Amino acid sequence: MSASLWIQLAYLLSAVCFILSLSWLSSVPTARRGVLTGVLGMALAVGGTLLRPELASYKWLAVAFVLGTTIGVPMALMPMTAVPQRTALSHAFGALAAALVGTAEFFLHAHGPLDRFTTGALALEVILGFLTFTASLMAFGKLQEILPQRPITFRGQNLVNLGVLAVAVALGVALVAGKGGAGAFLLMGGLALAFGILLIIPIGGADMPTVISLLNSYAGLAAAAMGFVLDNNLLIIAGSLDGSSGLILSIIMCRAMNRSFTNVLFGAFGQAPAGGAQGAEAKSHRSASAEEAASILVNASSVMVVPGYGMAAAQAQHKVRELYDLLTKRGVDVKFAIHPVAGRMPGHMNVLLAEANIPYDALLELEEANAELPQTDVALVIGANDVTNPAARHDKGSPIYGMPIIDTDKARTVMAIKRSMNPGFAGIDNELYYLDRTLMLFGDAKGFLAEVVKEAQAEASGG
Amino acid sequence: MSGEQLISHLYVLVLATFVGLWVIRRVSPLLHTPLMSLTNAISAITVVGSIVVAGRQESTLSTVLGTIAVTASMINIVGGYLITYRMLAMFKKGGKR
Repeated sequence: MSASLWIQLAYLLSAVCFILSLSWLSSVPTARRGVLTGVLGMALAVGGTLLRPELASYKWLAVAFVLGTTIGVPMALMPMTAVPQRTALSHAFGALAAALVGTAEFFLHAHGPLDRFTTGALALEVILGFLTFTASLMAFGKLQEILPQRPITFRGQNLVNLGVLAVAVALGVALVAGKGGAGAFLLMGGLALAFGILLIIPIGGADMPTVISLLNSYAGLAAAAMGFVLDNNLLIIAGSLDGSSGLILSIIMCRAMNRSFTNVLFGAFGQAPAGGAQGAEAKSHRSASAEEAASILVNASSVMVVPGYGMAAAQAQHKVRELYDLLTKRGVDVKFAIHPVAGRMPGHMNVLLAEANIPYDALLELEEANAELPQTDVALVIGANDVTNPAARHDKGSPIYGMPIIDTDKARTVMAIKRSMNPGFAGIDNELYYLDRTLMLFGDAKGFLAEVVKEAQAEASGG
Repeated sequence: MSGEQLISHLYVLVLATFVGLWVIRRVSPLLHTPLMSLTNAISAITVVGSIVVAGRQESTLSTVLGTIAVTASMINIVGGYLITYRMLAMFKKGGKR
């Protein structure tokens, strides 16, 4: 068998490994095996490629391997609260690799004409690669709070954005038709870079889970397009797996907000709607101290914690664990209700709570949580807002109408930790806070929980 | 790429997408963050194209771009698998406490 066939065989086995890797990730007991199988798949792919006869020198490859590992390891050791930013950054790296390979291929073949299909795939690879690169960097900037998290809008924004993309695509079509050379190619790449930036400018923090999933999908599609250019099925398979994963996650996120893709990308959600918070002062709410909250929690028989981005922002997950331990020891049944879009990326809350050593069987999905809430004594909302707003069920005028929510208002008592009565990020007033059964706990999530834990300990030992 | 090649690659794309959709749909929402970091590592398969471009040394431009691309892919391979493994190690079942 020739060397080339062995390499092809390695690629085939690699593709099998990737599929098995993802299917084993479906549940916790097999998930680690899934990761190891993925590593094996990648080792086969890299090993096979290094054997390719056309490689002239390994010098720069060795440099890149060392450099990539040196940057990659610290990026894997970041604290879990930084996972959304880290993910955005790695989408940027993946997309950059695809775009640069596409660019190199174009200029290598600039002397001999590329055929139409290859040029088309190349244009797609470069457009997707570059737009995902800058869009992911922008998302990183917003998540890291280097850039303002609020959406920024201007008149005619969607027209400008779509115009830029349309020109880039038109240049790609011109290249396929054999018109336009290096200049057209570079302009196309430049416009794709610009479109990536423009795309994220109007996106607010609350929409990040959908946008990150979508960028995940684009990075995969860019890799698949590279497979068409390089005539390599392994790239197409791995790219498609990533593309479909990102697509499914985006669909789940959109459904969890009852919104469409177009609405997420062009709707600029999260600006305060005109007069959206009016009447907030007119309604009355009740508040409670840490001591009162602790006494209610200790005397409850079941508690449902509803975490949101506020818990992550305040890094309160370890205090939540302390409270969990204390209450569980007292015989209180403590569970967690996880909304699909809670936090800044899919599954964000689960990872944070797992990091804080909360067993994953205490984490309930939306439907399971809603089935239990009517029999729950206390719903404790920590840093979540829109996902608990009952207006989503009945107020047709509300921007979140139709969004599936966690039915915290069905619990016997509701307690919500919040800095103040100011409406949250999306500028929508939350009806939940004005219910008779709701007690507002004002303060920073971490600080307030620390006090609650202290009071609860005192109560537990004293009474 | 000939028209026939294009079609056969499209077959692969379509079938792999279906496999992806079926497999990923079964992933528990609990693991959506590790799923994203794992697919991120897998999409660093761009390393294959990057190595070829960097290693062929056909022009200075392609070697430079290729080397940057290999570095970027390598960051995602190492970082992606490692953080996914780290995350999964944190998921523990209760009941024993």
